[in-house]
Amino acid sequence: MAIKKFFSQLDFFDQCRKYNIPISQCPQFLFLIMGLVIIFSSTTTYALGTRYIKDPEIVLLLVLSITAVLLIIAYLISRSFERLAQANRLKSEFVSIVSHQLRSPLSNMRWALEILMSGRMGKIEEKQLEYFSILRENSDRMRELVKDLLTVSRIETARLSFKKERFSLEELIKELISSFNSFSKASNTEISFQAEKDLPMVLSDRSKIKLVIENLIDNAIRYTKGKGKIEIKLKKKDGSLYFEIKDNGVGIPKEDQKYIFQKFFRSKNASRYQTEGSGLGLYIVKSILEKAKGKIGFRSQEGKGSTFWFTLPIK
Amino acid sequence: MKRILFIEDESALQKTLGEVLRENGYEVISALDGETGIKSAKTKKPDLILLDLILPKLSGFEVLKQLKKDEETKNIPVIVLTNLEEVKDVEKAMELGATTYLVKANYSLKEVVDKIKAALEK
Repeated sequence: MAIKKFFSQLDFFDQCRKYNIPISQCPQFLFLIMGLVIIFSSTTTYALGTRYIKDPEIVLLLVLSITAVLLIIAYLISRSFERLAQANRLKSEFVSIVSHQLRSPLSNMRWALEILMSGRMGKIEEKQLEYFSILRENSDRMRELVKDLLTVSRIETARLSFKKERFSLEELIKELISSFNSFSKASNTEISFQAEKDLPMVLSDRSKIKLVIENLIDNAIRYTKGKGKIEIKLKKKDGSLYFEIKDNGVGIPKEDQKYIFQKFFRSKNASRYQTEGSGLGLYIVKSILEKAKGKIGFRSQEGKGSTFWFTLPIK
Repeated sequence: MKRILFIEDESALQKTLGEVLRENGYEVISALDGETGIKSAKTKKPDLILLDLILPKLSGFEVLKQLKKDEETKNIPVIVLTNLEEVKDVEKAMELGATTYLVKANYSLKEVVDKIKAALEK
């Protein structure tokens, strides 16, 4: 058992996967690199020492001192990196536990509210219904937030599952547009969809890609004021399917554009037009597309609208 | 009258879902922990079991395992009703023999009742 544990600690890839950070930033990998630097420095010190210092004991002492100092520095650096990576992982696990714990009281609240609103417990006055609706809307918002937080914690602890299957992206888009029908109508927004003929199926995780498109359509509707027009296009491009969604909404201010895929970031005008939203949607979208080996990008002009696009490999 | 055993430690859920199920004409037996749940399954012979996964004394997974091992209870359909949503949990519950896996946060009370009705009509 101890031997197995020892060898598992030598598996840098496994250790680094645990922290979900690039290998170049992984503490174990950095320690390995520092080890190589130490060997190189000691050998160089020895070679130079034997050339310029006559007394072999002084050379030995010099090599040993330099090696010891470097070793201590390497240990301290990789240790502090490891602590940082571990703290980050614990934070994500903490978010996951808290979100799970929040879900139960939230379900209880939503179901109790459903009973009250159904009128089973007595007739409800219009004014009461108005306040019950506020409670319901806000508990729904909280549910969405908890769901997003759980997805983020899965992404950060590398626990986001990704099950590939073959499916039609075109069909999925059509299905989602019809599910957004009442929301888009209520927001006075029209969604059009144009797909190239005979598009191939894609090999990806359907439920995760659904989450991506859901987020993009939801944003497009949410951030369009007045009479809105949303155009969705799907075509084939260099071995991938290219999805594009264009709106004539509020757009993203230029100074905010570089931050929009960051966690919890909400642009100034987004918070002004729409108080709802956690700033997690686009972070989740980007992380899923990275996992799906796709790409994402956007063009936007404040006051005129935004166009978001992504590609998804066919194979 | 069809009999449902509801193994759930949250009394609020026992009240809301339990009451709506009774209104729909089912007999509901409550169990607030895993051990009591198994005992009730053997003695009361329900037509369906609703099972939470995080339970005191005996976890929902353990309850499911024991129910499916026992000749007396192995044929009773079990609907898992939980807030755990990790793929590994869903897979584990289905492997152990659950009929349906429902995540509470994703459904309204009405949707859950409809799923229960559908399972009982099968």
